[in-house]
Amino acid sequence: MIYREAGQFRTSYAQDSRLLPLRQDRIGMAVMLVVAFAVVPFIANDYWLVAILIPWLVLSLVALGQNILMGYAGQLSLGAAGFMAAGAFACYNIILRIEGIPFIAAVLLSGLCAALIGIIFGLTSLRVRGLYLMVATLGSQFFIVWALNKIEWFTNYDPAGVITAQNIVIFGHAFTSPVEKYLVVISIVSVLTLLAKNMARGSVGRGWMAVRDMDVAAEVNGLSLLRTKLQAFAISSFYCGVGGALYTFAYLQTVEPSAFTVHLSFLILFMTLIGGLGTISGAFFGSAFILLIPIFLNVMSHRIFGDAVSASLMSALEHVIFGVMIIVFLIFEPLGLARLWQLTKERLRLWPFRH
Amino acid sequence: MAINKLLRQAAAGVAMAGAMLAALPATASADEQYFGIPSIRVGPYNVMGTGYYAGEIDYLNYVNMTGGVNGVMLTWQECETEYNAAKNVECYQRLMTNDKGQKMLAWDPYGTPLAYAVIGRVEKDQVVLAQAGFGRTDAAYGPVWPWVFGVHSNYWTQIAMKLKFMADMEGGVDKMKGKTVAHLYIDTAYGREPLPAMRIIAKNWGFTLLEIPIAAPGLEQQSQWRRVRRENVDWVTFWGAGAGMSGTAHTTRASVGFPADRVIFVTFGGAEEDMIAGGDAAKGTYAVGHVRPGKDVPLVQEILKVVYGAGKGNFGSDTTRVGTMYYNRGVAAAVNWIEAMRIAQEKFGKVGKAITGEEFRWGYEHLDFTSKTRRDFYGIEGLIPPFKVTCDDHEGGEKFLMMQWNGEKYEIVRDWMGPDDPELIDQLEKESALKYAQENNMPVRDCKDWEPWAWK
Repeated sequence: MIYREAGQFRTSYAQDSRLLPLRQDRIGMAVMLVVAFAVVPFIANDYWLVAILIPWLVLSLVALGQNILMGYAGQLSLGAAGFMAAGAFACYNIILRIEGIPFIAAVLLSGLCAALIGIIFGLTSLRVRGLYLMVATLGSQFFIVWALNKIEWFTNYDPAGVITAQNIVIFGHAFTSPVEKYLVVISIVSVLTLLAKNMARGSVGRGWMAVRDMDVAAEVNGLSLLRTKLQAFAISSFYCGVGGALYTFAYLQTVEPSAFTVHLSFLILFMTLIGGLGTISGAFFGSAFILLIPIFLNVMSHRIFGDAVSASLMSALEHVIFGVMIIVFLIFEPLGLARLWQLTKERLRLWPFRH
Repeated sequence: MAINKLLRQAAAGVAMAGAMLAALPATASADEQYFGIPSIRVGPYNVMGTGYYAGEIDYLNYVNMTGGVNGVMLTWQECETEYNAAKNVECYQRLMTNDKGQKMLAWDPYGTPLAYAVIGRVEKDQVVLAQAGFGRTDAAYGPVWPWVFGVHSNYWTQIAMKLKFMADMEGGVDKMKGKTVAHLYIDTAYGREPLPAMRIIAKNWGFTLLEIPIAAPGLEQQSQWRRVRRENVDWVTFWGAGAGMSGTAHTTRASVGFPADRVIFVTFGGAEEDMIAGGDAAKGTYAVGHVRPGKDVPLVQEILKVVYGAGKGNFGSDTTRVGTMYYNRGVAAAVNWIEAMRIAQEKFGKVGKAITGEEFRWGYEHLDFTSKTRRDFYGIEGLIPPFKVTCDDHEGGEKFLMMQWNGEKYEIVRDWMGPDDPELIDQLEKESALKYAQENNMPVRDCKDWEPWAWK
């Protein structure tokens, strides 16, 4: 009843090829954007902005990049954190060495740097597939972090190797408060998500999906595997690089290679898997799940048990519970949270009827 | 379907429980003081975290059980940071204010990258970044970071002290000329921290410095120790982290045949757990002590009697780790907080009341343990060297114990020794801090307005 399409006619090609064809979807998206831009900055407190919303948005962007590569193009990859590191250091160095460059331009340039590095490591995808490609991209993760550690030019010869990120300055105004940083992040993330959604449903995305489903058939049909795969790596690394730049500038405020460990790469992989491979909203769902459940478990365990249980045991238990939750969830819904959302929408079409 | 009904009932139950838990009392109490504790209880460094934060929490419990700070009771909340900078930021924001709306006074995260992640926020949030012997070294120069303290030592004074010990063992600073000292370090910011000071002292004294990194987590050190053997290194400063890395170091060094008594471990990688991990191979290794380990410190005895006697110790019923290096460091760190609280209460006329972040900072900046009476008041005579914090010097102390592991416990070889040239280190810290302040357009405070204070 809520999701009825009856009565919504499309009378022109423009209407037919809209991003959100259903009116309910459009209203929902409009409401979400209004809440994100106009309501949240006023009602959210510092903790929610700094510790929950900003990392969720930034990691969703990176998970989106990973989803493009793994979900749409089918190239298994474990190098997300490496490309994030590349983007973060590129942004730091660009702002450091080019006087007065606008932050948005620096972020886009750093995304391009990460994309170039992604293309170089993506060349392996032309020779190997599946799990072997995953191992090769794992190599990229380690190599990039090692190179950033070793080549002191990247860290500006800082003795400790941990550099404080500069302020975000757009049109002369320094965006330093949590609300301002949140607005910068949500603007960049919403624009890039829109671009990703359009790419996914256009010929670019169809090319990726063809390569994912059967690359031999795609090649026979005239699709250039070289171009498509490298394009997927480039765009995915661009997203990861922009995400990395935002991660350091808007969240951590320190630029250091040790923040981009293989652990983070695995986390992003889990975000895409749990959120739903091959979907755009899946990146956001998965990122929320992976980020928020541990915090929720930590808060709950302190509230419920307090001093009754030893804190070391509790911390270890939180990890165990989190792992069990992931396993159970994937058993019940292997296609991820995006599929659950899709099923909910299907149910809403028929509601209040069952079938 | 049955499973649907079950799920719906479960969801309703969780929602009700959540609603009940959310309705916590929100009354602010004037005679309580809140601290946030960013612990590390999982991961490769959990040995350090569980010891250090157990010491802090046990001491806070002890203070509460002996009447609080002039009647003010202490409350605290823990958050697991897993030695991860992002989680530390989240913990910092979450623990900033407790349920009753009181803001925390100090933040003491374990680890250099964690400290760097919040160092830019503490001034605005009015929280003291109270690092006890680690963290950002050039924060020892107070005018640049008024809210950051590193009592009572930092890594540059530590490495200078180690080099002085080596010079003493060789027969004088002039005998160090031509010798080779290798710095084996974990390849992170923490491991690289002492290098700037080491390089300058190497140039001044004329010895060769070999910098040999070990990739984290450092469980594979064959090639590094073979290189040490090959290059005929005279002394090794081992800068590792985690019992796994330390244990590997001992066994690899023994297998390569390098003598144990030419290796000096660092404070945060040279506790009992790090030596026990090496087994018999660790015998004879030197380590630097930031505080004195042992159960015979009067305060530790008191904690055992009062806190563990009542069954409220952080280690439960197992007191073997009480009095170890990490535990005693935690106790000493917490003593600094309480002394700062007392000073602030006394100075601002708030005896028996809660203090604000700015007052706590003032108290911390006037810590003075140079008098024996003050040390005896807390029962920490012998635990820490006499030290004093001033506006210029947020470090104080600058003295360490040199200890040697005899297979079962540490024996103190040198009592409260400092670097050969403390002014050089102070100068380096000042230069580094001022350079950073200039590059980042930070204001540098003027210390001439700092007024000294003393207990009457």
